[in-house]
Formats: sequence, structure tokens, C-alpha cells
Amino acid sequence: MKPLVLGDLEFQSRLLLGTGKFSSSAVMLEAVKASGAQIVTVALRRFNRERPSDDLLGPLMTLKNITLMPNTSGARDAAEAVKAARLARELCGSRLIKVEIHPNPHHLLPDPIETYEAAKILAADGFIVMPYMPPDPVLAKRLEEAGCASVMPLGSTIGSGNGIAAGGLLDIIINNSNVPVIVDAGLRAPSEAAAAMEAGCAAVLVNSAIAAAGNPSAMAQAFAAAVQAGSAAYEAGLMARSTTAAATSPLTLFLG
Amino acid sequence: MFPPAYPSLKEQMMKLVVNGEEIESSGSSLPDLLVQMGASPKRVAVMVNGTVISAAERQAVTLRAGDRIEILTFAAGG
Repeated sequence: MKPLVLGDLEFQSRLLLGTGKFSSSAVMLEAVKASGAQIVTVALRRFNRERPSDDLLGPLMTLKNITLMPNTSGARDAAEAVKAARLARELCGSRLIKVEIHPNPHHLLPDPIETYEAAKILAADGFIVMPYMPPDPVLAKRLEEAGCASVMPLGSTIGSGNGIAAGGLLDIIINNSNVPVIVDAGLRAPSEAAAAMEAGCAAVLVNSAIAAAGNPSAMAQAFAAAVQAGSAAYEAGLMARSTTAAATSPLTLFLG
Repeated sequence: MFPPAYPSLKEQMMKLVVNGEEIESSGSSLPDLLVQMGASPKRVAVMVNGTVISAAERQAVTLRAGDRIEILTFAAGG
């Protein structure tokens, strides 16, 4: 498989993993290993002196070949997201940043205007900017022009498991994009990840579907296999669709 | 008679707002505050009055009464 190129970084795995919602850090670490993911997201939180064990940096640093991609979750506007990004870079040294600005906790849909403003500032500041965005082809181009290393349209709302709700829009984004398109949010089944890859996505970012599975490690492996299958299918080139039948066996009459 | 000793900055208690909560701190340096809060210096990022402070800059920061300090760490998130 061709490497996934994000800015000046290259990755072999095309499955990105979120670390939220796992029943424990141990279960999360096992799922990361099983997934083969090389990019793992984390969130910034206030240090809690009563619960210093909440810190994930220590456990994640025990994993080899992992690059952290902090997100800016909790930021309500571009200024807060920029601050969060700089704090996160300070903390882990990674230039990858998932710009995530969703001011409404009810639907968690990204604010396109604040996301664009933050992306512009962070790209100019040397970050490898990965914006979580609505599946809007016009916004995707604007974010690309702002210097984003990828665009990450949502499949459906975060944690909903509703799959890829606007496949037609995703196709337009993919067909027009010069940067990797990564479906982020909403996936439930590995088949949906495979479908995204077959459509030409460069990668998928999965969290809830793995964390909330009956067996997270086994589901992580299933997603990894689906992403590989979908990617291989895209590279192989899917046949063209036809509205009529096209015979695969000879139709010559020979029985009289 | 010697003049009364002027209390050093280190001995003065001052109020700071750390992660949104008012606390009394005896130290005026950022590294001292991290020790007081029980935070491992390499596992946290710090912001003072809205400005991100790098690890290298921490020693040079003098805290003043009323300063707002955010101490952040990584948690699980997607």
C-alpha cells in the first residue's frame, strides 16, 4: 500500500484511532496495538490533582511507532483552538493537530467559519492541520487553500454510528481534493470504512465504533482489515457501473 | 535595633487562579507552583493569563497575585 502523506510525514497505516470512550486505558492501548494505527488522537483537559492517573501521555508513550494527533475539542472559537493547538504541541512535540471546533454540545457539528480561521493561523504557524469539518466541498477547497494537510469531513455526527450520511458530497470532495480526504466521525461498521476507502478516501478516523464494540481489540483488527481491503480495491480500480446487464458467459445458442 | 526583616517573596502567600479555582501559593515561580499542584513538569502544558508558556520559559516567569494559570494534560478523546 502507498504511504499516507500528511505534510512532510508518511504513515503506512490508513486507520487513525481515537482514544475516547474506552472502558480503561489498558483496553485502549490493546485496541491501538490491534488496529496497527500510527496516528492516535488525544484531547487536552485541565490537570486534575485528585486524578493524576487521567493523564494519557505516559501510557501512550509506551507504544512504539505512534504519532499523537491532539485535538482542539473544547475550543468554542478559532482563538481558543489556536491556543489549544499550541499547548498541545508544547506537551507532545507533535505538529499534527486535529482542529475540532464544535460549539454546540447537542450535535457537535463543526463551526465551519471558526474552523477555517483557526486552520489558516495554524498552517502558517507550522502545524500539520487536520480539520474536522462538515462534508462541504466548497469548504474543503477553502481549507486546502488555507494550507491544511488534509480535510476530514464527518461521515455523520460524532459517536452516532450512522455511517456515511452524505456519500454524494463526499465523492465531490474526493474528486476535487489535492490533499488526503479522511472520513472522521460516524462510522459504525468496518464495511463503512471499506466503502469510504473504495470511494477514494485516503484514510478513516475511528473511535466510538471500536471503543464501544463488544470486543474493542477484535473490532480494531476488523477495521484495519476493512481499510486495507477498501484501499486495495481503490488502487485496483473498480469496474464502471452499468444500468444494463453485461453477460459474463457466452450467450451463443448451442443446444438446438 | 535591626529593622524588621522584610519578608522575602518566597514567604509571601498570594492568591492565584489555577484551572479556574482560587488557591493560595507560597512560591512565585511557575515550577514551584507545578510542584505545589502535584503536576509532573513533563506531562503538563501551561498557560499564564492566556499566554502559552513553553517548558524552557517556565523558570523565567514570575507569578503575581491574581494571575490566571491553566495547567493542562492529555486525556482520552477522539
